[in-house]
Amino acid sequence: MERNPMRRQLASMRKSLFDQGYLDEQFMELEQLLDDANPNFVEEVVTLYYRDSARLILNLDRALERRPLDFSKLDGLMHQFKGSSSSIGAKKVKAESTLFREYCKSGNAEGCMRTFQQLKKEYATLRKKLETYFQLARQIGPMESANRPK
Amino acid sequence: MNSSSGKSYMSTASSSVIWKAGGDVVADQFPAGLRVLVVDDDPTCLMILEKMLKACQYNVTKCNRAETALSMLRENRNGFDIVISDVHMPDMDGFKLLEHIGLEMDLPVIMMSADDGKNVVMKGVTHGACDYLIKPVRIEALKNIWQHVVRKRKNEWKDFEQSGSVEEGDRQPKQSEDADYSSSANEGNWKSSKRRKDDEDENDERDDTSTLKKPRVVWSVELHQQFVAAVNQLGIEKAVPKKILELMNVPGLARENVASHLQKYRLYLRRLSGVSQHPSNLNNSFMNPQDATFGPLDLQALAATGQLPAQSLATLQAAGLGRSTAKSGIPMPLVDQRNIFSFENPKLRFGEAQQHVNNNKQMNLLHGIPTTMEPKQLAGLHHTAQSMGNMNMPVLSHGSQSSQNNPLLMQMAQPQARGQMLNDSTVGLAPRLLSPMGQPMLSNGMATNVSTRNGVPENIRAPSYNPVSQTSSMLNFPMNHTSELPGNSFPLVSTPGISSLAPKVAFQEDVNSEIKGSVGFMPSYDIFNELTQHKPQNWELQNVGMMFNTSQHSNSLRGNLDHTQSVLVQQGFSTGQNRNSTVISKAMFSAGDSTGHVNAQNGNQHLNSLFVDNTVRVKSERVADAAPANLYPDHFGREDLMSALLKQQDVIAPAENNDFDFDGYSIDNIPV
Repeated sequence: MERNPMRRQLASMRKSLFDQGYLDEQFMELEQLLDDANPNFVEEVVTLYYRDSARLILNLDRALERRPLDFSKLDGLMHQFKGSSSSIGAKKVKAESTLFREYCKSGNAEGCMRTFQQLKKEYATLRKKLETYFQLARQIGPMESANRPK
Repeated sequence: MNSSSGKSYMSTASSSVIWKAGGDVVADQFPAGLRVLVVDDDPTCLMILEKMLKACQYNVTKCNRAETALSMLRENRNGFDIVISDVHMPDMDGFKLLEHIGLEMDLPVIMMSADDGKNVVMKGVTHGACDYLIKPVRIEALKNIWQHVVRKRKNEWKDFEQSGSVEEGDRQPKQSEDADYSSSANEGNWKSSKRRKDDEDENDERDDTSTLKKPRVVWSVELHQQFVAAVNQLGIEKAVPKKILELMNVPGLARENVASHLQKYRLYLRRLSGVSQHPSNLNNSFMNPQDATFGPLDLQALAATGQLPAQSLATLQAAGLGRSTAKSGIPMPLVDQRNIFSFENPKLRFGEAQQHVNNNKQMNLLHGIPTTMEPKQLAGLHHTAQSMGNMNMPVLSHGSQSSQNNPLLMQMAQPQARGQMLNDSTVGLAPRLLSPMGQPMLSNGMATNVSTRNGVPENIRAPSYNPVSQTSSMLNFPMNHTSELPGNSFPLVSTPGISSLAPKVAFQEDVNSEIKGSVGFMPSYDIFNELTQHKPQNWELQNVGMMFNTSQHSNSLRGNLDHTQSVLVQQGFSTGQNRNSTVISKAMFSAGDSTGHVNAQNGNQHLNSLFVDNTVRVKSERVADAAPANLYPDHFGREDLMSALLKQQDVIAPAENNDFDFDGYSIDNIPV
């Protein structure tokens, strides 16, 4: 009842995340892993991702401050970050990671730095959106979350 | 951990069967309950993978450090069926872990990475990964990973059989199958990598295995001898692929070929030492792959240290085979080992010189494969166990052989062309089943050459025949076999172990095919495909053969079906003979199966390790069972086996769950 509008809201929020390219199919893969035992699985994974990737972001920041830039190290760090991001379906973040690596490979320092800034923005934006999303999902209730439209 | 699950996917092939008997339907539920170890330093990915694998109903253990994973695997060798590992990890390179696992445990390993570059994927192939998944991993890709376990086992089994005719036909289908098997994400990669492999690199000397698509280095007898000589010269501890390569000075041979071959060889040695020693070996062989002190060829020393396998091999080879076995002082266990070796070089035993010569041939082939052992075991399991008095020995031998062979085979097979592999593998694997089988295999995949091997087949039989062999004469084992074994070519089947023989024959073929591909484990897709294909054929034979011995059959069947190898190994142990074969075979297959996929190296290794493990274990446990037949019949009825076999035939991939426990051949489980 009161949940219906919330559910609708949740559904539309979700849809827009996909439509706007913030999330890709991998996120759906995660959703499929939801079950009664782990109704908040996706949220848990995303939380873990943000916690763990914060460390990578920090390392990348530090590495980008060094002069000259160590491209191979940057590439390695970004590779890890990309792997993580792609596993939760963070589409835009992943795209920026790929671009960053391209710049690393071609030794384009400025490209790297620019891309990284962009990446951090996308990273932060996605986080906010997902936080909102999960909050709403939790309000609706675990069962509902589990049943959210795929 | 996985092992905590009620069902123990015992490594022994029979385990699945056994479990059934125990009321556990693990086997039936395969692939549910598959024990997976997933290693990834990324906690997000790890969490997701764990969840996905659980959703596939697998038994998951996660680990975020490679070192931890390795120690987990070492502590519990039979605790896992398959490993999934990330490529990029902070404490250890994923490929290095892959190598370790292949060498020590012979489990199928799947690599994964966000990196989908051709080079990385190729690296996975060359290092023996049985598959490569691109991140992000989807659950669909994980649903089919059990196929690698089956395939590996199957390949191992095949090695046993070594059917001389590894046919291309078999391979071809395999190839396509392999392609199918690859995770969807990698299909493109695989195919392209496969092709590339063919064009480029290492595997250039393709053997006669003809249709082998991927050129593989064929480890011919001569080549292997050179390899062993180089290794011995350097000392097993110091033998590194680069140096070995230099010493060998063979044009066209790549370091990677040597590396994978070395891996197998090490496994083989380990198995040898572990197998015969069974009490000591078990621990030793597995635990200390490096321990193999190549120094003294003295088998005794080797055996004692459990390092025998490695040494034995080295010794055998270096010493001209005859020597090693003779080392008499070696305690029985040694003898077993030696026998194992002997099996490999059945000839060796006999007359050192001659043996040597023969053995070399055989050995080479067998290197990894205690060919004689297997067949013997199978065939003579009954006998040997009994006659040997130390059933352990024969059994062990079998096991060890299998394992040994496998390692060797694996190693050997890996880089090499399948044809070669066959020889080797057959030798190794086949020996278990039929010594003759192995031989033919040796001949280059000509399973039919069983007769040539006489020595081999006989060896197999020897155990049964020669009680004497047990003791010090384990060595004689193989030798005796020669004399004893009547038929070289599959006729062994006629021997008591007929049942085993029959399957053996089948195995041989399988083995051969396996060998071709890669000793059964070889990752080469082609090979596996072929092998797999081949297998089914063999199965038929086996079935036929099996018919002879119910008990034996069951074992054999089992072995054939899934884990030819493991089954053999295991079987040898548990049932005392028949079972062992089966078990071994199973184990073998397991090992082999995985090879189907890219696991060239790993596959072998895996197999080897599987074998080693299994064999060793089996032996200890099983040896006690003089009466092999009894062991398993309870567990898996013939029907199961047969059906399994048949099923196998039809579907290479779908291993019969019942038959083998993918757990990894834990021999321990084999109900003694």
